[in-house]
Amino acid sequence: MKPAAFDYAQPDNLGEALALLAEKGEAARICAGGQSLGAMMNMRLATPEVLIDISDLAELQTIDVANGAIEIGAGVTQADLLAWPDLAEYQPLLAQMLPWVGHYQTRARGTVCGSLAHSDPSSELPLALALLGGDVFVRSQRGRRIIPAAEFQIGMMATAVAGDEMIVAARFPLARPGQKFAFEEVAQRHGDFAIVAIGAVGNSDGVRLGVGGVADTPGVIDLTWPVMDEALNDFAWALGGADDQHATARYRRELVRRIGRRVTDEVQNALS
Amino acid sequence: MRYLEAGKKHTVRFTLNGRVVEGDGEPRLLLSDFLRQTLGAFGTHVGCEHGSCGACTIQVDGKAVRSCLLYAVQVEGKTLNTVESLATPDGLNDLQAAMQKHHGLQCGFCTPGILMSLTQLRADEPDADEARIRDVLSGHICRCTGYDGIVKAALDVFGKV
Repeated sequence: MKPAAFDYAQPDNLGEALALLAEKGEAARICAGGQSLGAMMNMRLATPEVLIDISDLAELQTIDVANGAIEIGAGVTQADLLAWPDLAEYQPLLAQMLPWVGHYQTRARGTVCGSLAHSDPSSELPLALALLGGDVFVRSQRGRRIIPAAEFQIGMMATAVAGDEMIVAARFPLARPGQKFAFEEVAQRHGDFAIVAIGAVGNSDGVRLGVGGVADTPGVIDLTWPVMDEALNDFAWALGGADDQHATARYRRELVRRIGRRVTDEVQNALS
Repeated sequence: MRYLEAGKKHTVRFTLNGRVVEGDGEPRLLLSDFLRQTLGAFGTHVGCEHGSCGACTIQVDGKAVRSCLLYAVQVEGKTLNTVESLATPDGLNDLQAAMQKHHGLQCGFCTPGILMSLTQLRADEPDADEARIRDVLSGHICRCTGYDGIVKAALDVFGKV
């Protein structure tokens, strides 16, 4: 459980980080908090030749509200965002989901953008991005790109970010008037990877559900009121989960039906 | 840019429990191993080495973090506290004494990490309630106690008993 050898780089600014990334390409990995990448490296599931540590870059430590969204820099930890006093007002779903991201001790270093970059199918922040429909800002020496949430995650632990690009910020839309939110998760231990996690965003027209932990990428569906059990059952089957050491596909479908019902009812009650 | 080559040892210097310490390590050397093997500070325990069990939890610049998910070269110039910082010349500090009183440990393997998480929690949130204490303890695995003794010890020190 020790990482393979790597060069360690601590750039003084974003420009230096991008130049090194352009030079090394796929052989380099960006490390912000290292709470997912570090574990992967200890297990030798990741063996970068160069680790580019951006955790102390001041220019990435920003949380801003602009253009109807919260913009979170790549250096912002999950604990930083959770402690941001305006979070529950601006985006209640993020405030509800963040305490489920890892543990107190990993949120202290783990970043919001790093969790998106890692894109574990069981993790909460990629689910929040898919459900709320935000954007991911990437930079490289070639320029800048904005990747919409729907195009960001392209497979299990795979994103649309290219080898010479790095995530510099993520944007989550602000809660709009009349929207209500709910979130629930089942894991073996609080803070462990979700067996099933479901978030819900609703207004007077209907509800959008997002499910993590079942498929390779978060599953999202829009349903209109009234939401029938049949619709939740169809959604549970459509997600196409598999058996693994934590749970069977059948158990996951049952969780999707039951938790899906609970979060849907919670949103509906909050609306009435 | 600070650039440290693989396979070569680099000098790292930081403050550990109030004292400046220094040692050499390759970039890939985990902070947990640097503490134990390079500096001989064996108070910090090593369990899963992938951030899950919590045994290696220490304080870095006023945050409780996993020392197995940091490399020694990353804490250059930073301020670290480990379980060795807790006891006073008179003996156990109040948190350690409460763990003893409430049977918050048996084998003691998980204890250094738990003590450091609770020390950080007390510094940041002196009014933390039982739910919050249990939430923070969810980042640690203890196979002996069933957690109740640990929670009682914490509640005692947080003045909730």
